[in-house]
Amino acid sequence: MRRITRLAPGVGALAVVAAACAPNNHQDSLNPQGPYAQKIDTLFTPVFWIAAAIFFIVEGMLVLFAIRYRHRKGRPQTPPQIHGNSRLEIGWTILPALILVGVAIPTVSTIYDLARTPTGNVLNVNVVGHQWWWEVDYPDQQIVTANELHIPVGEPVYVSLCAAGVGYGGVPAPNECQPGPPKGAPPSAVGDDVIHSFWVPELAGKQDVVPGRTNHLVLQADRPGTYTGQCAEFCGLSHAYMRFKVVAQTREDFDAWVRAQQADAVAPPAGSLAATGMNDFLNGQCIACHAIRGLQVNGQPLTANGGPNLTHLMSRSCFRGCTMPITRANLEAWLRDPQAVEAGSWMQLNPKLSQDQIDALVAFLMTLR
Amino acid sequence: MASVSVPGETVRGGLLRRPRSTAGFWSWVTTVDHKRIGILYGATAFFFFLVGGVEALFIRLQLAQPDGKILSPSTYNEFFTMHGLTMIFLVVMPLSAAFFNYLIPLMIGARDVAFPRLNAFSCWLFLFAGLFIYSSFALGGAPNGGWFGYAPLSTVEPGNNMLFYSTGLLMAGIASTVSAVNLAVTIINMRAPGMTMFRMPVFIWMALVVQFLLAFSLPIITVGLFESLFDRRFGTHFFDPAAGGDPVLWQHLFWLFGHPEVYILILPAMGIVSEILPVFARKPLFGYQFVVFSGIAIGFIGFGVWAHHMFATGLGPVANTAFGISTMIIAIPTGVKIFNWLGTIWRGDLRFTTPMLFALGFIAQFVVGGLSGVTHAVVPADYQQTDTYYIVAHFHYVLFAGAIFGLFGGMYYWWPKIFGRMLNERVGKVQFWIMAVGANLTFGPMHILGLEGMPRRIQTYTPALGLGVWNLVVTIGAFTIAVSVLIFIGNAVASFRRPKDAPADPWDARTLEWTVPSPPPPHNFDEIPVVHALDDFWHRKYAETEEGTLVPVPAGGSGDPRSDDAHGSGHGIHLPSPSYYPVIAALGFPLIGYGVIFHWWMAVAGAVVVLAGLYGWAFEPAAE
Ligand SMILES: [Cu+2]
Repeated sequence: MRRITRLAPGVGALAVVAAACAPNNHQDSLNPQGPYAQKIDTLFTPVFWIAAAIFFIVEGMLVLFAIRYRHRKGRPQTPPQIHGNSRLEIGWTILPALILVGVAIPTVSTIYDLARTPTGNVLNVNVVGHQWWWEVDYPDQQIVTANELHIPVGEPVYVSLCAAGVGYGGVPAPNECQPGPPKGAPPSAVGDDVIHSFWVPELAGKQDVVPGRTNHLVLQADRPGTYTGQCAEFCGLSHAYMRFKVVAQTREDFDAWVRAQQADAVAPPAGSLAATGMNDFLNGQCIACHAIRGLQVNGQPLTANGGPNLTHLMSRSCFRGCTMPITRANLEAWLRDPQAVEAGSWMQLNPKLSQDQIDALVAFLMTLR
Repeated sequence: MASVSVPGETVRGGLLRRPRSTAGFWSWVTTVDHKRIGILYGATAFFFFLVGGVEALFIRLQLAQPDGKILSPSTYNEFFTMHGLTMIFLVVMPLSAAFFNYLIPLMIGARDVAFPRLNAFSCWLFLFAGLFIYSSFALGGAPNGGWFGYAPLSTVEPGNNMLFYSTGLLMAGIASTVSAVNLAVTIINMRAPGMTMFRMPVFIWMALVVQFLLAFSLPIITVGLFESLFDRRFGTHFFDPAAGGDPVLWQHLFWLFGHPEVYILILPAMGIVSEILPVFARKPLFGYQFVVFSGIAIGFIGFGVWAHHMFATGLGPVANTAFGISTMIIAIPTGVKIFNWLGTIWRGDLRFTTPMLFALGFIAQFVVGGLSGVTHAVVPADYQQTDTYYIVAHFHYVLFAGAIFGLFGGMYYWWPKIFGRMLNERVGKVQFWIMAVGANLTFGPMHILGLEGMPRRIQTYTPALGLGVWNLVVTIGAFTIAVSVLIFIGNAVASFRRPKDAPADPWDARTLEWTVPSPPPPHNFDEIPVVHALDDFWHRKYAETEEGTLVPVPAGGSGDPRSDDAHGSGHGIHLPSPSYYPVIAALGFPLIGYGVIFHWWMAVAGAVVVLAGLYGWAFEPAAE
């Protein structure tokens, strides 16, 4: 029994190997789907096997000694009194040091490799962490969306990460986030400025989103598909719901998506329920935080202040940090009581919306294709 | 405070040569005996161990399956924060302090620590700090920003939750700092004649390194905690970027404390293991000096690796390279320790007692935590691993499967010395195996969960991630650990029903604490021993031939009068008198804490109590 159970710690290591064969859940760091994640995996795999070898050597010696030198009845309890051996000590100081030098060299080269700013055909994206959703700005394309990062396959994407962004209004600038609300703006009612961490395991390692700093991350997908990601730095009540997806498309599909996103919202036909909803939207609480491109109040375009830009809401597949599909029922539930759907949600409805208002607003939102 | 008017005249009036009442509530409250204080530390830490364990079980129930509904997000955040806070600050640190307090004087041949009343003060302040932090559950909500309380989340979230964190940890920090100075002075100044630094047991060496780590690292987090407190309470902007502050400052301050803290948590267990292995291998520790120097090296390098907790913060490739390499370097002295432990059992005569099983289990499992630690030093790999369950797996292999196993080994090993009763060996072995299986079921699969994309600190996860199966295994493992802890409690309770019949030296051990009766008399040693060698007690019992063969010394044949000196009465030995003042002074601190959070008059009242306690303390006549 002793022999078998002593191996128990090994189960952990073996299980890691087994995990490499687990079905793809699209958020698996052991399943790299682009060159940047691949670089990390290429570095980690040999280190893992070196660690596994050391693990089996040390545990093997432990088990071997435990069996071999266990006390046997009748044997005098007078083992040789060995106090040490300087040669061995030097050996097991130098040998691990040499192994670590071997690990350190590719480590350092990969650190610098990943930190390099990509050149050539690069897509610039600003990603802004909010409690608890992701704003995605395309400064060169003048697009603002949420919770979904669309990218063309085979091209590096240079992501600038910030904790306050276009949500405050203003024009997205390449590679640099807005430092905060513009001077003179009313203080935001929204507690945006905490640390998040942007992580799409299959496309890149994670990078923190730190208030007051702009961090950068490069990612790239080799094949079209959807890759899920998640906020990895604890950021408050609904941290677990702060997810997102990366949609990798062929260049043509991506260009088509960009064109669709650049279009203004189309006002619903007058007299429809949706038109009533638009009226409620523009004259109610919504515009305190949300913007829709193409709509105006008093001749002024809407500016967002902490809430997601809703221009092409229905072109997205998810909301609430990409943890709920955008359906009529879900939108209704959200508008009825945001805090019941997302603990601690910053979307304060005061007064609450009536059922008629909810019906009209949902009808309007569902025209935002 | 009514108790201010109850000074210790009656106690002081007696000026007894031997301690007076050995039982009763007040004798424990006023004790300055390092052994009783050690037991108080241990009992308190074990109580918090159960509390933190229950929190862990709730966390695991919540995560056992996707879309768990057991805990709301706010309760979940409180529970995971309090679990970490409890296990680190209220369990592993004080449990180590329990062993330090009880054993340091006994192992170095002293009658007490250097400052006995200060020792009592640390103990009570630690207890009050723990209760203060837990009182937050009843006063509007417990800390909920994670045990490393990252700003600005910790400074902008509504509620007093994180004020309890900063004020509570400041109190615990005062207790630990005071205790660190006390114990370091004790080790340096109060060793028995002949006990040179390199005749000290390895446990004492590790204790000394830990006291220095505490003394140098706690001031750093103290600064951070004050800044956090000031940001919240007085509107300063240390961590507010909109006003020129920097959230990353908190991370540097926290981890510059937090990484030495890791060694504060693991070195005591390493010291315990280094004591247990030689006894049950019946061989000296292999490479004593290398084990000592590697411990000191870990202490120094431990201050140069903190930013490996921040590889994803965006410090840039230069900083990440530097801290990646320093982290690899610290693996070397750690490896040296492991190889020396293997060298100790090599060619030994191994007895698989319960303490020995826990010591071997420590090595087997600590290796896993050490190796996964090296993968974090591979910085790009850490970009994937950090803030996931892979990290949770790593530090639980170090702190539970490592430190807690070592501490359990220590409990089984020294239980007969402390309580005069043996723990049941058969039950102990059963407990060890259940705990080992439970620990590996719990923390092994977490490696996979992390690499497969499960971030830490999430209150729930979707079924689509395919993480349900391993999470269920983890939960089953956690409850297996709970079963093993219940078995330990049963074993401990049963031991108290048996007569105090443990011999002075039940394990045929090597160090001075085994020369005195179990439990030791209040004055520890009838006569202060004179030390002639490392493992002095062993050499009184056994001699070595030139070839290193062990030869028992015939009873009384060592020519050492102390080995058969069991009849000393302890008459004429001066022991420090009990005092009310340490506990009074400590009692003022939680009042100050409540004052900072709620009403200023409470802080003033608390300060008055502290000053009254210190005043009475300073002018308390010394016993003659
Ligand atoms: Cu977040």
